[in-house]
Order: sequence, then C-alpha cells, then structure tokens
Amino acid sequence: MSILTATGVEVTYPGSGRPVRAVAGVDLAVEPGEVLGLVGESGCGKSSLARALVGLVAPTAGTVVFDSQPVEALRRRARPVAQRRLQMVFQDPYSSLNARRRVGDQIADALRLAGGGGRRRAPAAVGALLERVGLDPAMQTRYPHEFSGGQRQRVAVARALAADPSVIVADEPISALDASAQAQVANLLVGLARTEGVAVVFISHDLAIVRQVADRTAVMYLGTVVEVGPTATLWEDPQHPYTRALIDAVPTPDGSGRLPADLPGDVPDPAAPPSGCRFHPRCPLVTPDCSSWEPVLRVQEPGHAAACILAPDRGAPDRSTTGVPS
Amino acid sequence: MTGPDPLLVPAAPLAGDVDVPGAAAAAGEERAARTLTRSPWRRPLAVIGLVVIAAWVLIAVFAPALAPYDPLAQVAPKLLEPSAEHLFGTDNLGRDVLSRVLYGSRLSVPLALLLVVLATVVGTVLGAVAGYFGRWVDGGIMRLTDLVFAFPGIILAMAVTAALGAGLRNAVLALVIVTWPSYARVVRGLVLSTRESDHIQASRLLGASALRTLAVDVRPTVLGPVLVLSALDVGNAVLLLSGLSFLGLGARPPAPEWGAMVSAGAAVFDSWWVGLFPGLAILTVVLAFNFLGDTLRDALDPRTARALRG
Repeated sequence: MSILTATGVEVTYPGSGRPVRAVAGVDLAVEPGEVLGLVGESGCGKSSLARALVGLVAPTAGTVVFDSQPVEALRRRARPVAQRRLQMVFQDPYSSLNARRRVGDQIADALRLAGGGGRRRAPAAVGALLERVGLDPAMQTRYPHEFSGGQRQRVAVARALAADPSVIVADEPISALDASAQAQVANLLVGLARTEGVAVVFISHDLAIVRQVADRTAVMYLGTVVEVGPTATLWEDPQHPYTRALIDAVPTPDGSGRLPADLPGDVPDPAAPPSGCRFHPRCPLVTPDCSSWEPVLRVQEPGHAAACILAPDRGAPDRSTTGVPS
Repeated sequence: MTGPDPLLVPAAPLAGDVDVPGAAAAAGEERAARTLTRSPWRRPLAVIGLVVIAAWVLIAVFAPALAPYDPLAQVAPKLLEPSAEHLFGTDNLGRDVLSRVLYGSRLSVPLALLLVVLATVVGTVLGAVAGYFGRWVDGGIMRLTDLVFAFPGIILAMAVTAALGAGLRNAVLALVIVTWPSYARVVRGLVLSTRESDHIQASRLLGASALRTLAVDVRPTVLGPVLVLSALDVGNAVLLLSGLSFLGLGARPPAPEWGAMVSAGAAVFDSWWVGLFPGLAILTVVLAFNFLGDTLRDALDPRTARALRG
C-alpha cells in the first residue's frame, strides 16, 4: 500500500494575467521505503508539486493522501501530529535553516514538536540525530553559517529526521551544493531509504544523479507526468520522446567527445500551454493528431507507463506498482 | 576612513560568508557588533554623539547639583546679559537661563526616549499583527498608516494636542499617534518577507504553529532593523517635542522646557541669549542622536559596513 498518493493534483497560481497552472493534474504514488526520482526541466512544476505533496500549498484540484489521511494545506494552526511524519528537505540549505539560531536548538525544537515532550533541551538526542547524518554531535552549538553547504544540508536532513518521518520530499536537495557534497547528501538520503525504510521523493533536474539513486523515476513536463517507471527500464527503453530527449541530453564521459543531443525550443509558458499533447511543439516524432489529442498515462509494461500517442496501452493496469490510479 | 584596520583583519574569514544570503544575516549582526565595539575611533561622529549624549544624561541626573540657581526662581533683574554670575544671562522674568537649560534636559531627553519607546511598541505590535494576519486586518491597519502619513506630522500632532488639551503628556501621546506608522510599515514588511522563507516553512512542517514561528523565527529578524529605526528617531522626537512646546502646545509655563524657552526667546529677540542657549541644547542633543543612529544603521547594513570598516 502506498504511503503517499497524489490524485489529480493541480496547482494554479493566480497571476496578473492568466492564472498559471504549474501542476496540471498529476497522479503519483510513493511506496514505503522507496526512492522515487522526479525529474524535469526548470519550470516544469516539480517544486510546486513537492509543496503540494507536503501541504505547503493547497492544490486547486485533486487530493494528496499520506498514510491513509488526506494532507491538509497549512494554515495558522499547527500541523496535525500524524502529518508531521511527512517531511521536506529544501533546495537551499542557507535559507532553510534559521541563520540566527544554533543548529542544536533548531533540531531540539523539532524533537520537542515531534515528541510533544517537555521544554528541556535534549543534547544527547540532538547529538544522535547529527551522528545519523554523519556530523559531529559537538557541532550542535554552532550556527548555520559555521557549516559548509553540504554539512548544512545534512543538518536540514537531521532536523527532518527529528520528526521520525516515513516520507521525505527532497526538493532539489543537492543542486545548490558542490560536487563532493552532492554525493554525500544523495547517499545520505538513499541510505535512509535503504536502511531505515524512509521513502524519499528525490526531485532533481540532474538525470545522471537520479539514475544513480532512484528505484523509480517519474518524468515531468510542463505540469504533467509524461512517463513513470522503474529507473533502469525507463533509462534503457524510454517510451516518451521527452524522456528520450532528456536522456540524450546527458553528457557521456566516455572520451568519445560526443556532445549531448540538444532538445530544440524552450519550455512553453505554463500560463498558455500548447493544445493537445503539451510536448508536441518540441517533439521530434510529432504526428498531426498530437495538437488535438491530450495523451494520458498508459501502461507499457508492469510498472511502466507513458503518456504519448505513440505509446499505446500494452497491458492491464497494475495500480500497485505503477502508482497510476486510472 | 582609509587603509586596513589591523583590529578587524582577523575577522576576514567570516567575510567569505557575505555572499551567502542566509548566513549574511547572522554574520552581519556579529560583524556589526564588532565594527561598533572594536575600533570606535574610526567613527569620530559616533564617538562625539555618544559623549554628548552621556554628558546630557549626566546633566539630567545631577541638574540640582550643577545648576547655580533655582530654574523657576526670579533671582535677578530680567534680561541680564551673560556675565560671571549668570553665564547664559537671565530671561524675561529674571530667571537664570543656564539653570533652566540644565534642568530642561530632565524633560526633553527622557520624554523623547519615552515617546520613541511607545511609538516602537505600538508600531511593532500593529505592524506584526498586520503582516501576520494579512487580509482585511492588514488592509485596515495599513490604511490607518496611510491616513497618518497623509498629514504633515507636526500639523497632525498639533491638532491632536489641541484637541486633548495642551500639556507635555498630551504632546507625547499626540506624537506617538504621528510616529507609530513608520515602525508598523517596516515591521509588516519584515514579517511578510520572513513569513514565506524556507526556514519558517520547515518549522511549520515540523509542527510549529504560525504564532510560534512568529515568536521564535520572525522576532529576531525584526528586532535589529526596528532598533536602528528607533535610535535614528530619538533626535527627531526631541525636535518634535520641542516644536510642540515652542508652539505652546507642550510644556506649560513655568516648566523649563527647551522648546518653550526658545519660544520665549523669540519674543525678546534683542536679548539673543534667552533663545540661543536652549536652541543650542536642542541642536546638540538632536545631532548627537542622529550621529549615533546613522553609524548604527551603516554598521548594520552590509553594503555600507565594509566601507565603515575601511
């Protein structure tokens, strides 16, 4: 049974002109203990989806269900205790920690809120959390600016862990970090999934990293999921032309000097998406029907679905593994 | 303000964090504190301001001991020129101007401070409420500030004082009504901008209520800028209070209030000493607080702190 399910989620921002539909109907399911990669270009709605998943923005349509309970958007009141096990790690560890407070205090706050315990600080518990993310427990008396970017992101993970999460939505958790720190933080998150059964939604625009860490991958384009499947299958046999284009755009360091293939055009304005298939103006395999027919996710093989006119339905839907409720 | 400052060079490693937005806040405060405490002589204006303020505070405290005469007693013929007995001369009622100027510090400085504290508290609370609740609460409070801003401050204060009745207490109240909106604006903006920041969102996800994040996460961000604003405002408050007294709406005679004394001096213009010395007292206090406030602002602003450090 899925721990986190999104059904028909839409996120619309009222703009000065036409409202922007950043997320235009997404179905997604996250299984306990898995790493689900979510990839797509900048501006495709990854972050909006992430915020809708945890309840930081209210979906304009659709529902998000966490642990059999609907996720309610945050208002003035404190978040329901049951939902505190759905946590988020932000892109920028410089802004996601309070620069004016010691990291130990911030983690202790999180522990207190999660446990509902007394007011007393628990240095031992805080230290244990820091150790879990590979930091020295003695560092809890430091301020965020005394850490490197990678360490800071690990502090942010430790703070999320204080809530004993069963799902962590990580929104571009490594894209603000330098290369060595990227690997550490990615490994930390994957380790949590592997050894502690924390499901991780790993959002990134970096396909190479997602290929390394994700069990399953969902590809987003202009507010919709165009393909979802096991990472290996998706990588070897992409069914959607957009997935193929993304994969071809990853540089291959094999010494051949082959430059990655360029995907022509830019992401269209989400306030005025193309008719029919949202990808058709940039698609190398475009057919005359693409501008009128809006594709839905169709099962290719168990656990693998794509939304393309050229990828017809090839099997009975298997909801438990595709995570695609019909 | 040129050349490297040997005292501040060891702080250089921190300067690497300046380009980092999140860290800049905390590091900036530390740096500001260091900038202010480590090498005060680089900012002669701040030192002058501090010395003058300290002097006036001492004068206010020890006025009875320092003043040669009773400030209210008619001790000499009226309008005596400055002399050895009466250093600042005597006024139109034969009172010693020096004694009155010294005693005047007991009114102007504490009342200006009280005024600023009240305006800060009222403005901060209303601004935080506006920024936090948003919607119609925000709209209501902000239209109220617009209303106050639409009047020339001193005119509105005059109208309010006149309606409440002349007197120092009512003058302070009227000036609070005139000055709180600038604090409310600043605080509202800060609350609005921090409210949406990632670390607030993270706290909320961990289960903190919005009110709790306001107290724990937003308060420290708001406090620094508000304190600078208050420090800058003390000079202004002295001026406004003296202004109201000058117009006859503040201190009642025979209270030795500087603004009222300048007003009396204006009536006997040939006897220049009657108005000049209380005027100079106002000038020094206002300048001193402005010097101090400016330096504080420069030190807290990362864009100017660097120049300040040399």
